[in-house]
Amino acid sequence: MQDYGVVILIGVLTGFVDRWVMLRNDYRNYPTYPHGHLTHLTMGFIAAGLGAVAVPALAKPDYVAITFLALAAQHFREIRNMERESLGKLEETKIIKRGTDYIEGIAKVFEARNYLVILAALLSSGATQIWGWPYGIAVALVCILLSLKLMAGAKMGDIADFKQGKLHFSGSLLMVEDVVIMNVGLPATREKILAEGLGIIIHPHDDNARLTIDSPGQRMAMIHDVVSILGSKVDISEPELMPMARKHVDKGYLAFFIVANEPDIESVIAVIKRVPVLETSQATVLSSLAGRKAAD
Amino acid sequence: MDNNIDNDTIVAVVAMDEEKVSSGDSPVFLAKNAEEQERLCLLLSRIMGGVAHDLENGVYIIVKH
Repeated sequence: MQDYGVVILIGVLTGFVDRWVMLRNDYRNYPTYPHGHLTHLTMGFIAAGLGAVAVPALAKPDYVAITFLALAAQHFREIRNMERESLGKLEETKIIKRGTDYIEGIAKVFEARNYLVILAALLSSGATQIWGWPYGIAVALVCILLSLKLMAGAKMGDIADFKQGKLHFSGSLLMVEDVVIMNVGLPATREKILAEGLGIIIHPHDDNARLTIDSPGQRMAMIHDVVSILGSKVDISEPELMPMARKHVDKGYLAFFIVANEPDIESVIAVIKRVPVLETSQATVLSSLAGRKAAD
Repeated sequence: MDNNIDNDTIVAVVAMDEEKVSSGDSPVFLAKNAEEQERLCLLLSRIMGGVAHDLENGVYIIVKH
């Protein structure tokens, strides 16, 4: 039997460190806001506290105290709303939008991380309660490693191949290889695109991947990430150099076009490879019978 | 902006040949030569925040996406 103080301390520390590590592990451009950091660390701390005191409450025994975990779930759903709202508001002033799919994905991830924190705190404080603090710390480490692995998720690089595509014009139509991107009217703009633009062909590995990159949300996420790292030459009321991703309707691959501030094809591909596959866009046709039948 | 499915409007038409265009919702600007036409397109697209598109028959349209 352990001192409840030690049990709670280990639980809270585990949860807090877990949240901290996951926050640092966060992908690109968010949360770069220092206040966002603080908010999420505090929320993580509260979540850790909730998870940690559950075990002593059970051991006491004070079963009613467990019901506040239900309250906690409600509370952390608010985090999702908070993220969704603030990122949604920020969209209004963005030239290149993140897209609602991406925002929803980020919001869900933030909510889920708090549940992971509660679980990590619960498990480590439980282990401390039953076996003593050395085991508690061991469980804590396993929990943190597991949650890092769980939150990693699939990346674009896992589901598709990338290669440079040649930009050219067919009349006034801008093409990447054989995919039409858009109609460009001004000769000066055409010259600029040919001189500075980059084209990339994204080949999906299978039918799942093909439908995933088909989703406009996933394409917007790719464009947003590339632009947020390498910049773009689009300006307010000068949308002619808008980066775009268009698919080849028959062959299923995607053509990506951008005029970046840093026209470095290697970097663009590296960024796209690290774009998370959004769970709202992720297709799972191959796990359905009809999908598999249609695929062969 | 990536999904220009809805709300695209033609804000202006720039042509050299009067016969290629007829009046509609959007104003039509006539240019004397290709140079003036290009300049008009550039100015209009910057002023209106639209994109100049080439219809490949000597008519350009400025579209707000």
